[in-house]
Amino acid sequence: MSKKLSVPEKIRSLAKEVFDSIGKKDTPRLETPIRSLSNVEYNDKEGYFKILGKMKERTMTASTIKSFAQSLLMMNESKTLIEADDIATKREMYYISKNWGDAKFKEQPESDSIMDDIEAMMGVNREQIGFIPEEKGGDIAGELVVVDKDPDTGKPLKIDCTKMGTGAYSIPISVEHLQFETKAKFILAIETAGMFQRLVKHKYWKNANCILVSMGGVPTRACRRFIRRLSDDKKLPVYVFTDGDPYGYGSIYRTLKVGSGNSAHINEYFCVPQAQFIGITPQDVVDYKLPSHPLKDVDLKKIKDLIKNDPFIKHHKEWQKALQQMHKMKVRAEQQALAKWGLNYVIEKYLPDKIGNKKTWLP
Amino acid sequence: MVQKTLAEGNSKGKKTSKAHEMAKKQRSISVAEFFEKNRHLLGFDNKRKALLTTIKEAVDNSLDACEEARILPEISVEIIDMNNERFRIIVEDNGPGIVKKQIPMIFAKLLYGSKFHSLKQSRGQQGIGISAAALYGQLTTGKPIRITSKIHKDEPAHYYELFIDTKTNTPKIIKEEVVHWSAETGTRIELDMDAIYQKGQQSVDTYIKQTAIVNPHCTIIYTDPKANQIIFPRATDVLPKEAKSIKPHPHGVELGMLIKMIESTDSRSIQSFLHGEFSRVSSAVAKEVCEKAKILPNTKPSEINRDMSERILKAIQNTKIMAPPTDCITPIGSNDLERGLKKEIKAEFYCATTRPPSVYRGNPFVIECAIAYGGDIEGDKQVKIMRFANRVPLQLQQGACACTDSVMGTAWKNYGLQQSRRSIPVGPAIILVHMSSVWVPFTSEAKEALAHYPEIIKEMKLALQECGRKLAKYTSKKRRMKDEMKKRGYIEKYIPHVADALKKILSLKETDEKMIEENLKDLLEQSRGKLKDIKADNQEYDEDFAKIGEEEPQEEEKDE
Repeated sequence: MSKKLSVPEKIRSLAKEVFDSIGKKDTPRLETPIRSLSNVEYNDKEGYFKILGKMKERTMTASTIKSFAQSLLMMNESKTLIEADDIATKREMYYISKNWGDAKFKEQPESDSIMDDIEAMMGVNREQIGFIPEEKGGDIAGELVVVDKDPDTGKPLKIDCTKMGTGAYSIPISVEHLQFETKAKFILAIETAGMFQRLVKHKYWKNANCILVSMGGVPTRACRRFIRRLSDDKKLPVYVFTDGDPYGYGSIYRTLKVGSGNSAHINEYFCVPQAQFIGITPQDVVDYKLPSHPLKDVDLKKIKDLIKNDPFIKHHKEWQKALQQMHKMKVRAEQQALAKWGLNYVIEKYLPDKIGNKKTWLP
Repeated sequence: MVQKTLAEGNSKGKKTSKAHEMAKKQRSISVAEFFEKNRHLLGFDNKRKALLTTIKEAVDNSLDACEEARILPEISVEIIDMNNERFRIIVEDNGPGIVKKQIPMIFAKLLYGSKFHSLKQSRGQQGIGISAAALYGQLTTGKPIRITSKIHKDEPAHYYELFIDTKTNTPKIIKEEVVHWSAETGTRIELDMDAIYQKGQQSVDTYIKQTAIVNPHCTIIYTDPKANQIIFPRATDVLPKEAKSIKPHPHGVELGMLIKMIESTDSRSIQSFLHGEFSRVSSAVAKEVCEKAKILPNTKPSEINRDMSERILKAIQNTKIMAPPTDCITPIGSNDLERGLKKEIKAEFYCATTRPPSVYRGNPFVIECAIAYGGDIEGDKQVKIMRFANRVPLQLQQGACACTDSVMGTAWKNYGLQQSRRSIPVGPAIILVHMSSVWVPFTSEAKEALAHYPEIIKEMKLALQECGRKLAKYTSKKRRMKDEMKKRGYIEKYIPHVADALKKILSLKETDEKMIEENLKDLLEQSRGKLKDIKADNQEYDEDFAKIGEEEPQEEEKDE
């Protein structure tokens, strides 16, 4: 596969390969990169989960024939969309498949997975194969002007994120065309909408001269790409503020910083290697005497799994230590637990302290 | 009845002791009288069973006689419906015939026969069956049994009409004459009785059919009460190997039997008695037994008292004696057994096993079993168990039989049948169990079920397991085939979608789409191999034969 080919051309050439093997009575195959943590590697220099060469094969076996057919059918949809300069949401793609008879998807995750595979085969972004996600990208407030384009006229359109009142600016699904104007000193990415609201309400961004991003759980691709572009563009440090639990560390922070196994093929662009963790650490639970909740068995299992299998955690001793400490303490603490010391304690004490003291960060 | 004739005439007034009074009622009972009151013990407890038992006894005797005389049996069985639950039964064979003076004794004296005193694989045992049938006929219709028999082509046939004197258990000759009979040799029995004719598992039809299955060397011509004639032609001209009679083995003897044998022996010393009248007892072994019993070997048998007999018995039990000879047993053989099943049942798979001979209580025996699986056999019911003993079908008392127990005690789940704990398995199978022995241990004189000797059950289970393993091979192969078929069907389902997608992406023509579908189907065949057809073609199956006895299934009889 040459990289110069357009997506429709690539789809045609893959289909031609399949067709030719069938013509020669050779068993047809489609190969897709394996998207999982077992097929990524991590090192500091690159700073993200880099995909390795492992491939999976779909062919004429009972376990792969269905996805083989589905892949070809979806490739056809993708080609049609691009040629018509149209897009479909992931959900819409799932409904389109209902015309495929036996080959239709039963649940949307099946459809999403095939979509990610095609994306990985093409080596491009989902948007470039004609599909867009449903989910919101995330919310922005603070010292930032986003320069977008008017969809009708194509003229530049400036959005001032300081003038959102108690609301926020929504990150669009595609962020490649955006430009930024800012004098902020850093970007603060926050796990929960609740904490984001508190910081917006009290204009934390104004006092601290920063840009606030609400991730709302695991950051979407658009959110990751937005932060990356903004940070690269304006040379801003990125601080990440999550709950003190294995999900906050291993899923939210890690995915933002180095990407995920599932989207291994596009991590290079959808990661923020410069991000630093200033969220609730197990040591914070002790130091700030935070109210905590006992860890459940699944949490303990997730910790063990992170230490054992996550290439990023395996690379950083600090993270292993922190996770081992948490496993020992058997407790987790939420961002909002800081409210124990007063509603604005987080603004007045915690964040200034943490941001001011590199030793309390985790890599 | 007995009391009635006795109790009268006894006076009041005079004081007689109770014991005297009772003594007047005490007297010996003839076997025939005993039967009259206890007919259920011999299989005559109801009208339906009476018909089956009579035909069974007659046919069994004919087969035994033919085989002993080395004649290929040809037996005709006819049942004539005379209305009002009365039937005439005629059984005729081409056997050696019966010597004139023996005819009355054999048919009109209970417990008279040749088989009781020898240990030899045969169908009949006690010599009670056919005379009991005659007695039953006599009691229900008042008519005598009619016998015609011819022993040589140059001699005339003899015709008898016989009653049994129930008080004395002796024959009463009603009529006796010389008649002309075109047959070379043979015997013909004719008797009337009250009976009921029904079809089903426990019917005469089923008996005849199953007899034909396990006696492929015999031809049976059967005429049912509706005058349908069915001929079961012989499948082989080879008679079963001649059954040898053996002397009793000392380990099977009981005290009463031993005393009786000692009383009636002609031997001069106890040592020669032991050596001469038992199998596997050499002079040396006999001497050893005597020593252990602390009896001089040259003691005369007439000097042996009860106490000494008991010591001898004990000594026998403590002496190592070689197992009895086993060449006296002629099993059906797994090939004939399998062929018999094939004739009866349209299944996919058959297997049969003949175990090596084994011994229970000094009696050698051989267990055989066979299984038919799949095909037309219903899959959601308990498996049918066909039981045989010395080539005689056992149709009643299934629950009380060692065969059933052995089937239930085998773990069928491993062999591809369903089974809840220690019960008859469920699945599309028929299981056949056959025991051959010089002495078949029935639970009652009606010869309906086999007794539960551990040695027998062990052998049965081993036979069933052997067959089971063969069955498991087949069932697992079948399961794999089924899985493969399913997988293939699944893959084939998506071939048109692959063709459709390629057609759209590459703007192909219809012909290309067809080509894709065909090539993919070929590829599937190539890569996964051709599916072998596992449905076996059963050449032996005979549909009409299989139907016999099948209609109007009746409820299982409640045995007391």
